[in-house]
Amino acid sequence: MRCLRMLVRILVLLYLAGAPALAQTLCQPNASNGYRVRISIKTALGNQAYEWNENEMFLFRATMAFAMRRYYKTETYNVDNIIVCNQTRRVSFWFVVISPENPTMLIPKADVEKAVSMSRHRINNAFLLTDRTLEFLGIYPTLAEPVNPDTPPWLIVFGVVIGAVFAGIIALLVSSLLQKRRKEKGMMEDGQDEEDRQMKGVENGINLDGIYNRGFTDDDRFTKL
Amino acid sequence: MRLQLPNPGLEDRILSHEELDKLETEEAGSGDRPKWDNKTQYMLTCVGFCVGLGNVWRFPYLCQSHGGGAFMIPFLILLVLEGVPLLHLEFAIGQRLRKGSLGVWSTIHPYLAGVGIASMFVSLMISLYYNTIMAWVMWYLFNSFQETLPWSQCPLNYNLTGLVSECEQSSPVDYFWYRETLNSTPDIGENGGLQWWMVLCLVSAWAVLYICIIRGIETTGKAVYVTSTLPYVVLSIFLIRGLTLKGSLSGVVFLFTPNLTELTNPTTWLDAGAQVFYSFSIAFGGLISFSSYNSVHNNCEQDAVIISAVNGFTSVYAATVIYTIIGFRATERFDNCLGGNILVLLNTFDLPEGNVTESNYDQVLQSLNGTHPEVIQGLNLKTCDLNTFLSEGVEGTGLAFIVFTEAITKMPASPVWSVLFFIMLFCLGLSSMFGNIEGVLVPLQDLGVFPKSWPKESTTGITCVLCCIVGLIFVQGSGNYWLSLFDSYGGSIPLLIIAFCEMVGVVYLYGIDRFNDDIEFMIGHKPNLFWQITWRFVSPAIMLVIFVFYFITKVTETLLYKTWNPESENFPTLEEKEYPTWIFVIIFILAGIPGLSVPLTAIYKCLRNRCCKKDNEFKQDDLNTIAKQVHLTDEATKNKPDIPETADGR
Repeated sequence: MRCLRMLVRILVLLYLAGAPALAQTLCQPNASNGYRVRISIKTALGNQAYEWNENEMFLFRATMAFAMRRYYKTETYNVDNIIVCNQTRRVSFWFVVISPENPTMLIPKADVEKAVSMSRHRINNAFLLTDRTLEFLGIYPTLAEPVNPDTPPWLIVFGVVIGAVFAGIIALLVSSLLQKRRKEKGMMEDGQDEEDRQMKGVENGINLDGIYNRGFTDDDRFTKL
Repeated sequence: MRLQLPNPGLEDRILSHEELDKLETEEAGSGDRPKWDNKTQYMLTCVGFCVGLGNVWRFPYLCQSHGGGAFMIPFLILLVLEGVPLLHLEFAIGQRLRKGSLGVWSTIHPYLAGVGIASMFVSLMISLYYNTIMAWVMWYLFNSFQETLPWSQCPLNYNLTGLVSECEQSSPVDYFWYRETLNSTPDIGENGGLQWWMVLCLVSAWAVLYICIIRGIETTGKAVYVTSTLPYVVLSIFLIRGLTLKGSLSGVVFLFTPNLTELTNPTTWLDAGAQVFYSFSIAFGGLISFSSYNSVHNNCEQDAVIISAVNGFTSVYAATVIYTIIGFRATERFDNCLGGNILVLLNTFDLPEGNVTESNYDQVLQSLNGTHPEVIQGLNLKTCDLNTFLSEGVEGTGLAFIVFTEAITKMPASPVWSVLFFIMLFCLGLSSMFGNIEGVLVPLQDLGVFPKSWPKESTTGITCVLCCIVGLIFVQGSGNYWLSLFDSYGGSIPLLIIAFCEMVGVVYLYGIDRFNDDIEFMIGHKPNLFWQITWRFVSPAIMLVIFVFYFITKVTETLLYKTWNPESENFPTLEEKEYPTWIFVIIFILAGIPGLSVPLTAIYKCLRNRCCKKDNEFKQDDLNTIAKQVHLTDEATKNKPDIPETADGR
């Protein structure tokens, strides 16, 4: 009995010792089902950049597990299912996802890509980064849908401006028309003034304000040599 | 003693000094001629006419490409020797003869009427295309009222998988200008049809112009309070904003660093002379009209000096502001270029961030090149040089709509700056358009094209509508190419011819002695030696030299134009193509008709005099031109035989 328990313990220990080793062989640079991640914290955050350490790596693995859970809609994925290797000072590393049921099986690249694309926004926000500063090499960020307003904004501004201008033009035309009518009514009373207007010649076509003072120019008629 | 060409009957055609004084006192209540409400309106209108888009987008380019600070020397010398005398001449002759350009030249000598007609044609051609530029400015202005400016990013392609390829290869600003604004065709022969959005903007530009000139200077005089002063306010705001941006001072330093060897290059002096000449809007006829609405004793000498000084100052000021922004943009580009290179190095060699910065970039690159030369070669790193970015000198529409708009997108609160910038350009252009249209409307009135009974609103309205319709050429797909054609040929050579004829006409036909007396009568003292020398010898000589060189350059150069062709190999560089042969006809019409109308009208009038009764024709002309203006002449002509005695006793 005791021998059996010890054997089981040794086997379990071996398995536990072997599993990471096995897992490590699954994760390699240029692995067929792995992705390379490149993180640029200083570029994104400048002075408020945080240090990349084991805790941040733990958060990354947890976020990836969350993304896998979300994609497959199961609750089987865990931090242990995300294997990370080959971390550099640049802060770049490779990761692979192993299936929770079968630790030797890797989740295919296409599925990982879809899962990442689906939760990209959440992953970025977890690290206060953007699509450009948290790069999954090989997964292109989906382009944001452009916001297309029903009426282009420029048409609205155009409408306002042209409306104001035409209103102004009409106001000016109407006011000059009214002025003309008023002058004509005033002039009708004095026929001589009308004759005067014709004599001067109306250059602008707009009647002049004021009545011409005939007494002033008549001098010429009488004092000519 | 002084060279004076024979000019019989001159005194019959002009008002004597006594008559002018009488006119002055009587006109208080009964002006047949429009008048300025106050001196400020007149000065602002002239400043607005002279200060235009050229001050903002031509002068900085010339300054930077001809030796920076050293360019100021030929510019200022030619301003004093060429600009100020011509300006004074136009102001004085307009104020003295109190007519528009056509009337003035017909009065000086009937054979010179061609000069007035040429001015009208030139003003007409320039009005046509200038307002299209206003339409472009309005389009950008309307599009600036958005949170993200449309030219700051490329649009997505049809199936939303990526960016539009034309935009990806060039840049968002280029794409917005050439595709979304102009919808440019690759060739001037393909007209591409009318672009409806530009038609709307063109209509709005002409509508705004119409409302400002609807009653002549009565409404223009009020509009210039805004259109002439707002650009200075905006320039100052931009200066303050620009100086706080990174890299602005390197732009200003680059602009003004003198390179005195450029002074030995004759092109520098030619360009300076041409810039002074075109900047002052001389020979359009507008300035003569504006000063004819002044009172007779207005000090035109002082006005000419003040306006020239303001124009020169504005050019330098605008250049400074533009180059602070260009310095910012160049620094931004340089930083991006360098940042891109650094990122590539970091990524390739897996170095931690912050290891390679702008300061140690060169050392790191050298050491890496020593250890891994093949890898470095394979990376194809771009060479980043700040001076190269700064000297990407652009002028004209490229500066305003591509370079400057790109710089604006990099500034925080871009829509605000964009709106301010385009309002400034709009005001600059609109105030110049007032002068251009004046140069068209007044000769049309003098020629009697419109019946006298029609109100001013309708004549200006009809002119605006017709110009708008003809201006539809410029809002087609190939409109941009037509516009540069009109700009190069319609506005350059004829103006030089007209200005030369103006000087010769006033100095030698009207008589410099009479002109001096007139000025003494108007402002109280005789023009001093400086004016005499410049009017009689220096300025006409400069005009002639510039004209000859310009003519030779234009005639001998191969006619190429730059097109936006996405299919071309060097895209996004503009592809140079040769003009088709039928364009030469158009060029001849643009440049030849105004230029040739001077001698042709003279010949026509000469022949008409010879074949018909000479004297009666002459007198009838006088009746037509003067009777419109002054009622006195009606009575005077009734007693014609008496006039010679009183006129001679001046």
